Amino acid sequence: MNPAEKEHMIEALNKGIRLDGRKKDEFRPITIEVGTLSTAEGSAIVTCGETKVVAGIKMDVAKPYPDSQEDGVMMFSSEMLPLSNPNFEMGPPKIESIEVARVIDRGIREGHAMDTKKLCITPGELVWNVMVDVLPLNFDGNLIDIGGMAALTALYSAKMPKLENDKVVPGTKTEEGIPLNAMPLPVTVIKIGDNLIVDPTEAEMQNLDARLTIAVLEDGNLCAMQKGGNASLTVKDLNEMLDLAIAKSQELRQKVKAALGMA
Amino acid sequence: MMTTSSYTKRVDGRKFDEPRQITAKAGVIKKADGSAFFKIGNTAAYAAVYGPRELNPKHMQDPKKGVLRCNYNMMPFSGTDRIKPGPSRRSKEISMVTEKALLPVVNLEDYPNAVVDVFIELTETDAGSRCAGICAAAMALADAGITMRDMVAAVSTGVVDHQVCVDLNGDEEHIHDVDVADIPVAMVPSTGEITLLQMDGIVSKEEFLSAIETVTPVLKRITDLQRAVLKDRFKTTEE
Repeated sequence: MNPAEKEHMIEALNKGIRLDGRKKDEFRPITIEVGTLSTAEGSAIVTCGETKVVAGIKMDVAKPYPDSQEDGVMMFSSEMLPLSNPNFEMGPPKIESIEVARVIDRGIREGHAMDTKKLCITPGELVWNVMVDVLPLNFDGNLIDIGGMAALTALYSAKMPKLENDKVVPGTKTEEGIPLNAMPLPVTVIKIGDNLIVDPTEAEMQNLDARLTIAVLEDGNLCAMQKGGNASLTVKDLNEMLDLAIAKSQELRQKVKAALGMA
Repeated sequence: MMTTSSYTKRVDGRKFDEPRQITAKAGVIKKADGSAFFKIGNTAAYAAVYGPRELNPKHMQDPKKGVLRCNYNMMPFSGTDRIKPGPSRRSKEISMVTEKALLPVVNLEDYPNAVVDVFIELTETDAGSRCAGICAAAMALADAGITMRDMVAAVSTGVVDHQVCVDLNGDEEHIHDVDVADIPVAMVPSTGEITLLQMDGIVSKEEFLSAIETVTPVLKRITDLQRAVLKDRFKTTEE
């Protein structure tokens, strides 16, 4: 990274100014398009500033895991598409995109957003398999939070396909949604110098010292966390980061609910 | 001499020479040097251009002209079943024919030692995805300011039981009880040069030529739309 850029960034942040004029605890403007893709069982395109992320759901049936024979399964994937940023290259998913998918996955899984028991077809034999793909169309930072919103919105918008003789009838959609009962959303707070900020741009992420993603439930409880970056965090940092994440998650959830017509 | 056809009414009620509804936008991906969105029916393609930029490894560089590199990809949720991420034989072939479809209009001599990367991503597909990708890519190249001699448009044409039909949708492609041929075509409509041509299915020579004749004015109209969208974008930039 460019040390002069970072110095400049920290100097501005110390005065409470971000390079794009935002406050430290301010997200970029967010818009959400729901269910615009015809082939996906559910979909959402979330734009936050210049970051634009599409999430799509496909559903299939599968054999349950041996240790949870009555639970439907889900799978999250992400790829840093070279279409979305000049710094991304072709090739198999690298650790950055694997982490994005896994952190989004853990928020939704550990927050018990999906009622996996209701996704069981025949115990021990056949369950629904929900496949969630989160892909940036334009990447300007904060893929976990924006991807997490897109994934959750896409899940809520999904309509299950028709099942016949234990097989999915291709290209069908029923009126039935995926059984969901929670709305966990990840919020990432990054630390640059002594400053804590939310919704980092690509440039801010390139200069971060530490980051913490916190998945927060509607009641303010926490359901997943992931620390990143090379610097350490103090308990005082954690306190402030949690407050920020809890407050911001409510804001984001309102936007998701409004887009889904649940507000 | 054409044989009479049993396909007298299209599944979605279109005229035989009528493409599905088209939406085109330029400058949709801010991080890219140029970009476009092209949607025809329920087939939607994003294209982003990065470059001209340094081509690595260096031994791939050509001191006389630049390299055009296209990559076509269907997003995992863009088809009937989930598509495993990563290149497939199909996507590699389409990437190659997409390159060939665009090469004749791109002035690569202007970019020695460089590469112009074109990334095409399909968010949803209902037949005709390579053609939608080519339309988006041609617009993205122009949007990036890559010097071009002309514009390229692409749409598939088809023959369903001896009846020429422009822009087959997925349902038409999957008709089984009669012969169906699908013929993706890319053209530089102002000169009539054909830059992509593939075909799957059985047709007579006359039917094939008739399919090309029928699709030519459609391609011309697509180019008009591509140009109008690009002109409109640069008008906005000037203001």
